[in-house]
Amino acid sequence: MSAVVTEKKLKVVGTRPDRPDGVPKLTGTAQYGADYTLPGMLWGKILRSPHAHARIRKIDASKALKLPGVKGVITAADLPEQKFEYVGAERVAQNFWHMTRNILAREKVLYEGHALAAVAATTPAIAAEALKLIEVDYEILPHVIDVEDAMKPDAPLLFEDMITRGVEPPPTKPSNVSKRVEFKIGDADAAFATADEVVEMSFKTAAVHQGYIEPHACLARADADGQAEVWSSSQGHFVVRTMTVKMLGMKTGDLRCHAAEIGGAFGGKTVVYVEPVAVALSKKTGHPVKIMMSREDVFKATGPTSGASMTIKVGVMRDGTIVAAKGLFKYQAGAFPGSPVMNGCMCGFAPYDIANVNTIGYDVVCNRPKSVAYRAPGSPISAFAVESTLDMAAKKIGMDPIQFRLKNIAKIGTPTVWGPKHSHAGFAETLQALQKHPAYTAPLGKNQGRGVAVGYWFNGGGESSSTVNVNEDGTVVVATGSPDIGGSRASTAQMAAETLGIPYEAVRPIIADTNSVGYTQATGGSRVTFATGITVINACKKVTEEMCKRAAKMWKIEPENVIWEDGSARPAGKRAGEFPPLTFKEIASKRTATGGPVVASASINAEGQAPGFSAQFADVEVDPDTGAVKILRDVAAQDVGRAIHPSYCEGQIIGGVVQGIGCALNEEYIYDKNGHLENAGFLDYRMPVASDLPKIDAIVVEVPNPNHPYGVKGVAEANIVPPMAAIASAIHGATGKRLTDLPMSPPKVLAALDG
Amino acid sequence: MAKQHVVTTINGNAVEFLCDTRQTLLEVLRDELHMTGAKEGCGTGDCGACTVNIDGRMMCSCLFLGAEAQGKKINTIEGMAAGDKLHVLQRKFLEHAALQCGICTPGMLIAAKTLLENNPDPTEEQTRYWLAGNLCRCTGYNQIIDAVLDAAKELRGAKS
Ligand code: FES
Ligand code: FES
Repeated sequence: MSAVVTEKKLKVVGTRPDRPDGVPKLTGTAQYGADYTLPGMLWGKILRSPHAHARIRKIDASKALKLPGVKGVITAADLPEQKFEYVGAERVAQNFWHMTRNILAREKVLYEGHALAAVAATTPAIAAEALKLIEVDYEILPHVIDVEDAMKPDAPLLFEDMITRGVEPPPTKPSNVSKRVEFKIGDADAAFATADEVVEMSFKTAAVHQGYIEPHACLARADADGQAEVWSSSQGHFVVRTMTVKMLGMKTGDLRCHAAEIGGAFGGKTVVYVEPVAVALSKKTGHPVKIMMSREDVFKATGPTSGASMTIKVGVMRDGTIVAAKGLFKYQAGAFPGSPVMNGCMCGFAPYDIANVNTIGYDVVCNRPKSVAYRAPGSPISAFAVESTLDMAAKKIGMDPIQFRLKNIAKIGTPTVWGPKHSHAGFAETLQALQKHPAYTAPLGKNQGRGVAVGYWFNGGGESSSTVNVNEDGTVVVATGSPDIGGSRASTAQMAAETLGIPYEAVRPIIADTNSVGYTQATGGSRVTFATGITVINACKKVTEEMCKRAAKMWKIEPENVIWEDGSARPAGKRAGEFPPLTFKEIASKRTATGGPVVASASINAEGQAPGFSAQFADVEVDPDTGAVKILRDVAAQDVGRAIHPSYCEGQIIGGVVQGIGCALNEEYIYDKNGHLENAGFLDYRMPVASDLPKIDAIVVEVPNPNHPYGVKGVAEANIVPPMAAIASAIHGATGKRLTDLPMSPPKVLAALDG
Repeated sequence: MAKQHVVTTINGNAVEFLCDTRQTLLEVLRDELHMTGAKEGCGTGDCGACTVNIDGRMMCSCLFLGAEAQGKKINTIEGMAAGDKLHVLQRKFLEHAALQCGICTPGMLIAAKTLLENNPDPTEEQTRYWLAGNLCRCTGYNQIIDAVLDAAKELRGAKS
């Protein structure tokens, strides 16, 4: 791949233009998942289990079907059975046998809120009424919520035949442990014996929800010939297509999926819940069907991230060298296998150069909604445990926490616990930027403390596509397959304008539907500006090559003697100086005479992404009477490679930090003894509001990624990783008490102070 | 069930509609009048995405019955810009990159506009407390607060 463009040459990249999709969002005309309607549309609603664990003996919808206005009811019997097999890369493997059962339960319901039937009716009120008329005969079964309880030998089993994968020889008895993973370099056990100090601690985290403000919603229409269309809010309309056709046994080309504007996702909209149901109802009734989840449904039935139990052991020398590290990670998968425990095992110690590391992870099912990706999935959980333990180790040897981390920081060539060597710089530079922040040495008052932590995330590459169409007035339309969650249309347009040498305003970026642009993976893993960005740049380069050929035609000279420079075609070589340059606009206007439309597409399965790295410190004040923790300051440095649009880089960093603060201090799924979620609403599931927070201080560090033409590294995720441990260490600094159980809510802090 | 006939004013226009007595104003706006600018984030008054202004006060339209709109003056996000001219707050939100996904933005803008109508010179803290009923999961609020304070400044300048 080409070398990184040097900064001084850039005109559009690195500036802060208005986002092209801004005005419709400011005036209320932007269409999100729930904003679409079609003539003759019905309203779909989903019946959900009131029980945490029960066998479904019978579902009788006959009364519901008799209610005037009800046009159809579906259950799992309307969806084809799927083969039991894990498919895809191990870290993100899927099993469609599980997926279809999560969309509509078959033999059993496995958590409160588990979907098991759906109705379509002429009004939402009739649909709601019809749900009450569906009779379900349940055999209630014992349930299990906590991960440690679920691992006990006598725990109620969610799947009576689940044999733990990753254990040799395989266990003979079934359990709730879906999988064991282990990573190892060196010999940690032997190395602990050589350490000056060893610290071992155990931790717990709570399940937390992504908390996007827009509930899942979609509109579907199906034709009698088998073709169908879906408008939905998701991180990947191609993902919606792939999963929906699979769930319904359709042909891929028969389903056209449109990307609605998306009202937040953070990983939670990388799977389907309502889309296959809406298409199935539409097929059954012959009408378009709209389904909107309620907030309660979102909490009860869509993916939070895992809660976990963890034990960390680190051995350090008095000079600060970490010589050995061990981590045991038990993650809740929810009702079906697939927690991000593998990521937790890989990311926890990834920032460091440690010769002897051993991490072991367990993926454990329990009677909770199936966990789903949440911003750097798995990494914030293990980082809370690892970074908290390292803070104690640094304190034990009396070393500054940034200095301690700098001493051990991974560099290019440092091996990772999963095998390959680190191949990108930026970790040390980010820590140094944090260290230089003037507030790092500012004095603290009574009951105040400061804590430091870092966070690692792989970032993603993968498959993307885009198409560039040149218009006769010199404007261009750039169509990509990547839904825009946080401003990617702006960064796309900037990269296109930069490459073509035309003004930002001349570029119109759009998100094309699945049948109008090449396959593109979901917007996730901080991959869009990197991978989709490369396709946009490559398509734009093809356009400039074509524009040179058109100019050669206009000048009647050889195409090899035309070059593209500064947004214009120029005669070069032996023709240099023979003609004045032709601008993009001038050539575009001669389209018809020079060979017809100028169109270029590019696609990629991108590799060479650089990981995300964030280093942060938090200052807190603990109220000794109430146990309330106030965030006084949070400074977050992150290596973004190169900021295409610095405001949206800062926005990603600040947004991630604040989600981390919520996870640290307030957010948690709370279950009663019957396995019912007690806080399925924004009143009791308390996410940070404006008055809880100070201004977050984002430091954008730029260590370019040589594998992207403008140096981009994904920026959306690493920022959520450090806050939990940074805040825990700050509380420790303020009070002398180390909290090891998230969230660090006032009652827990008070109990620690009293204890 | 017989529907209720309601006569009201929305964004300065006389509007009549029929609604079920159980329908919220949010449902009426979105499903009957096809004004989908106000969003449903929770339906329980906890997120502010559905915020509208009713007779000068900001209100969660998901907690207000459609039938109660009778004789009221309602302002929604659809009425905030004057033709093709954005309101100062809208322009400042754009300039400060105060939206990522934008789902909270309509409610945030109505709440901020109501704030500035009541207090043209709010402090940062007053702004943070006023907007505490409007959840934003994307931005961490920095840029929203900056945009509102910057808009307040510009509006004050325009008046003096
Ligand atoms: S939808 Fe009305 S406050 Fe959330
Ligand atoms: S911008 Fe997404 S919720 Fe505020």
